[in-house]
Amino acid sequence: MIAATSLTGVPKFTQHKDLVIPTLSILSHDGLLRKGLETPDLSQSMAQKIYRDMVYIRTLDQRMIAAQRQGRLSFYLTCTGEEAAVVGSIAGFSNKDMVMSQYREQAALRFRGFTSKQFMNQLLSNDLDLGKGRQMPIHYGSSRLNYMTISSTLATQIPQAAGYAYGQKLSGNKTCTVCYFGDGAASEGDFHAGLNMAAVTNCPVVFIVRNNGYAISTPTSEQFLGDGIAPRGVGYGISAIRVDGNDALAVYTASVAARKLALENNQPVILETMSYRLGAHSTSDDPSSYRSVSEEKSWHDKDPIVRMKTWLISNGWWCEDQDDQLITAYRKEILEALKAQEKRPPPSIDCLISDVYKTPPVHLLEQFSELKKHIKQYPDHYLKCSMPDKDVSLSTSIGV
Amino acid sequence: MTRMNLLEAVNSALDTAMEVDNRVICLGEDIGQFGGVFRATSRLQEKYGKQRCFNTPITEQGIVGFSIGLAAQGSVAVAEIQFADYIFPAFDQIVNEAAKFRYRSGDQFDCGGLTIRAPYGGGISGGLYHSQSPEAYFCHTPGLKVVIPSTAYQAKGLLLSAIRDPDPVIFFEPKAIYRAEIGDVPTEDYEIPLGVAEITSEGTDITIVGWGAQMQQINRAVAIAEKDGISCEIIDLRSLLPWDVETVTNSVNKTGRLIVTHEAPRTGGFSGEIAATIQENCFLALESPIMRVTGLDTPFPLIFEKEYLPDYTKVYEAIKKSVSF
Repeated sequence: MIAATSLTGVPKFTQHKDLVIPTLSILSHDGLLRKGLETPDLSQSMAQKIYRDMVYIRTLDQRMIAAQRQGRLSFYLTCTGEEAAVVGSIAGFSNKDMVMSQYREQAALRFRGFTSKQFMNQLLSNDLDLGKGRQMPIHYGSSRLNYMTISSTLATQIPQAAGYAYGQKLSGNKTCTVCYFGDGAASEGDFHAGLNMAAVTNCPVVFIVRNNGYAISTPTSEQFLGDGIAPRGVGYGISAIRVDGNDALAVYTASVAARKLALENNQPVILETMSYRLGAHSTSDDPSSYRSVSEEKSWHDKDPIVRMKTWLISNGWWCEDQDDQLITAYRKEILEALKAQEKRPPPSIDCLISDVYKTPPVHLLEQFSELKKHIKQYPDHYLKCSMPDKDVSLSTSIGV
Repeated sequence: MTRMNLLEAVNSALDTAMEVDNRVICLGEDIGQFGGVFRATSRLQEKYGKQRCFNTPITEQGIVGFSIGLAAQGSVAVAEIQFADYIFPAFDQIVNEAAKFRYRSGDQFDCGGLTIRAPYGGGISGGLYHSQSPEAYFCHTPGLKVVIPSTAYQAKGLLLSAIRDPDPVIFFEPKAIYRAEIGDVPTEDYEIPLGVAEITSEGTDITIVGWGAQMQQINRAVAIAEKDGISCEIIDLRSLLPWDVETVTNSVNKTGRLIVTHEAPRTGGFSGEIAATIQENCFLALESPIMRVTGLDTPFPLIFEKEYLPDYTKVYEAIKKSVSF
């Protein structure tokens, strides 16, 4: 329905420039509060936790890239440059809120309490991997931490997050869903489907789009025209906010407000974090072929971790000694976890066929039985499977 | 027992499911107050409210994606895709997401509460985009279950099982016989197990396997063949994934002959899977080649729909050919 007051007698086109969404910014690039702004409502312990988790993920990412280069992992993907966007945002939510993320948000999982050993178990596909060795490295998930297992398919989690949030609303448990994705994923049909579904069904979901400048090699200038992703939310009737993604305080402030809005009004919200993917897309990518060193340097100068540290120190909540100790401790913890967890065996071969269905159907059991016979015939050819001597493991582990 | 048609049986199943379990939610295009373009969801919104039965925007990928999330959260989502021909925008959500949800998470998460209903099949002058039988695409995807009823009794019992099954189910409804197929249906709650075929008629000379609307063509062909003195065993598969290999194997070991028939095109059709499995299991018992009576390898036509469809005359000819091989 169009309101009569919006009628016009002359042809007038609305330009995308007519809707410019401002960017919330609290800390300037030098790590100091912007003039005239007060410190956001943030406790010392929360501020320190945000900082520690940002440092942890930076350390983890550096160490895992090295491990991948050494051939100890098949693949890795960093969060580097976007630590404030991810940690700052998840800190604004309850741990009971569901997180449905893309694949560059390991910092949110860390914030919820994922341990170094758990990261290693997944990255190494060992017997303790919660995903049972089924997905490539970095495809984390933890039901205990309300962190939905991610998939490689882009944007599929967006309509799912709307549905999850609808269920939360019906259950009346006062929780919401946080849905992360990148600027490139926002070109997928599922983005539009998901935002529209969330809007018309009044779901308490906060969509957090990490606008980091690149989708693998494609710059945002070739991904979309117009003023970023947030205005699209407005087009769907969704409240939108944009924030400096390298400013943890701004991201945190916006996230707390977004969650409040989503839950109090049962409505979706979109929050766009403006940042930069400082690293490669993944270990299979080489950014030197599509972007300049000077561009990268300009963003290194805006490093979100340095900015947060400067603010903490200026606030008297942190010091350089603590910083050195923290980094040393994290490096040690991560290296020890890597060394220990890479010694663990792969998951049982039963994990090949369990969980396809709640109970394996007959045809799958038959195929598995044939496979096991074949493996027994060629044991040296299939060294990875920890084939038990007795043929009973399947019946005990998957209840048939 | 009440006399009802297949469509009313679907409606009765949804009503029963929503009544006994308030986690059951129906969503889809035009399914609210209007009750769906075929009226499968009639009166459900009125009875259970707009929160549990509601219209969605026209976005199949949105409907299925939303329903996966809803199911993962603990609700029981019953999504309607208005025509099976329009399920393809949701293909990624079904194949890459719903089917792999439990597996990829190591059973930490699942969307087993998901059922996708879609009217399928020809015979209504629907042309290319209101006639297709896309079951084979989904039968090629581990993690899904695929179910197709052929009678009103089956429709209610199978749909209730599908809704309560712990895995995601695609439930294709034979829209050509929505109103023509009438039978006695219990008013109370009942379930028909998934993965189990039904031998609807016993015989000794030849086995004929089908599902959905094709069962009526089979019955008509068999009525003629029986007059010729050919004893036919008819198997209604009911579930395609998983399908009841044992029942078909036992039957073909007895009869020595098999015809599989479906409306979908032949190449890559599900009859090929059945034929391959049965020749492995029954090779020495076979007395003639396994035959397929199917649609042609064309898009679903409009003006030549009758020529395209594997109707009873084609099934009857195949029976004669098989027994005289």
